[in-house]
Amino acid sequence: MDLLSAINASSGPAERHLHGRERSIDLRAVEQNCYLQDPAETLAGRSIMLLCGDQLTVAVALIALDGVAASILLCPPDIKAAYLPELAQQAGTELIVGSAGLIAEHAALGFPTLAIDPERPTAAARPKGNSRETAWLLLTSGTSGIPKIVRHSLAGLTTAMTIGPSADPPVWSTFYDIRRYGGLQILLRALTGGGSMVLSDADEPVTDFLRRAGQHNVTHISGTPSHWRRAIMSGATNLIDPAYVRMSGEIADQTIIDALKNAYPKASVAHAYASTEAGVGFAVDDGREGFPVSLIDNPTGPVDMKIVDGTLRLRSRGLAAGYVGNATELTGDDGFVDSGDVVERRGDRYYFCGRKGGIINIGGLKVHPEEVEAVINRHDAVQMSIVKGRKSAVTGQIVVADIVVSAHRATQDIAQLKSDVVAHCRSALPSHKVPAILNVVPSLAINKSGKVARSHA
Amino acid sequence: MREKIVAEIEKIAAEQEKPLKPITDDLEILDSGLDSLCFAILVARLEDMVGFDPFNTDDDIAFPTTFGEFFALYEKVPA
Repeated sequence: MDLLSAINASSGPAERHLHGRERSIDLRAVEQNCYLQDPAETLAGRSIMLLCGDQLTVAVALIALDGVAASILLCPPDIKAAYLPELAQQAGTELIVGSAGLIAEHAALGFPTLAIDPERPTAAARPKGNSRETAWLLLTSGTSGIPKIVRHSLAGLTTAMTIGPSADPPVWSTFYDIRRYGGLQILLRALTGGGSMVLSDADEPVTDFLRRAGQHNVTHISGTPSHWRRAIMSGATNLIDPAYVRMSGEIADQTIIDALKNAYPKASVAHAYASTEAGVGFAVDDGREGFPVSLIDNPTGPVDMKIVDGTLRLRSRGLAAGYVGNATELTGDDGFVDSGDVVERRGDRYYFCGRKGGIINIGGLKVHPEEVEAVINRHDAVQMSIVKGRKSAVTGQIVVADIVVSAHRATQDIAQLKSDVVAHCRSALPSHKVPAILNVVPSLAINKSGKVARSHA
Repeated sequence: MREKIVAEIEKIAAEQEKPLKPITDDLEILDSGLDSLCFAILVARLEDMVGFDPFNTDDDIAFPTTFGEFFALYEKVPA
């Protein structure tokens, strides 16, 4: 079943809406209005790259294209333009659909284009009676350099969404962008589960977003622990009165769980585990950090989990079908995908301890230490460096670096040298990857293989 | 302590190229021009300075909304 059919088949209130920051769309109208600014016939069976500005445009495009296009590549808003040609090649892009402005901006990609605009409904009919299974292509956030493309199906994406108490009518929202796995889950839940949804906007102050969500009587709302810390710091948590509050994307520690239970005493507060590759693993709503051992020993849902070499492995029907344009196998021979998340058992519970390989998570954005070290080490004054994550109550982690100064610069003013190195990083890296704290150390330990010794979680 | 914190805030805002409003007790942190990353850096650097992270404790703490509330978290620290 394609997405439009699923929307129409879901039982819910007669009036259902997608609420963007500027305007709302009545879900009853999406059948007649596909918002594509040209006849839709050219879309059938094509591989499409989706380049949209605001999330409402993304949502109407997904509804218009699923079941029609061969594949949809969802480009997140912060995608680097330099990556687009290679991603287009890997995804086999034939046509770009998106906001008129962005399409013009990326005209150099050289593909035919089709504008879509939620402000301008068109009667252009979707091709009917030839519904196909469209591949949903999502980009990973965990890789350094060019993101990997992960292939999902609508059926897989809507598997295993065990999300909260029922509400009538359900109104969903998320701090996430719906082009990310965490946000897409919520959009699809709203659309296929008879609900409405309030979409976030990257430039919108958190207080304004919460006020908007409150005005639309949001019942279920999700975000990363960092999103939620920011909401709590805004002092505006009382603008919404949800029945369900969900965290995912980062480790939810006891402090943030307690703070949310305190802010929303009537709500079920849950933290969920999911990844772009593995899909939804589980959700825990007992008010404690970590997850019970029984989830591993006695799987109940469509997800099997096990722990091998200290990392969590998942096998589920929500698992991605594989990487696109990349030889790397998603899963091992046993069908399990290694999440790379390190867990430790204490008593009857497992606790998350960080990422294998030392990947640092800054409010949901992942940073590879090696990528930052490579930049630091290019600075003339640096002999070697090690980059680590440091726990932060605000963003989960921040990036810190220890550097060893080259012998020929050892006499230099240390404060000046540190600010030079930080400025050098700032010129080459986005701000969340720039070391927040830089320490000058006399030496770094080297392991037997001649590499800087890392003490991983 | 307050002066040290304000000096650090100004330094971080300059590093991150964020326009900063004048810091007063009533100013809301999220309204000051600092984003979450700036604020995370501030808390980490203050911990290095005073050996204390008010957010990393087993006690229940209220997340601060204004700078007045934020300064208060550091008041028990000897300047």
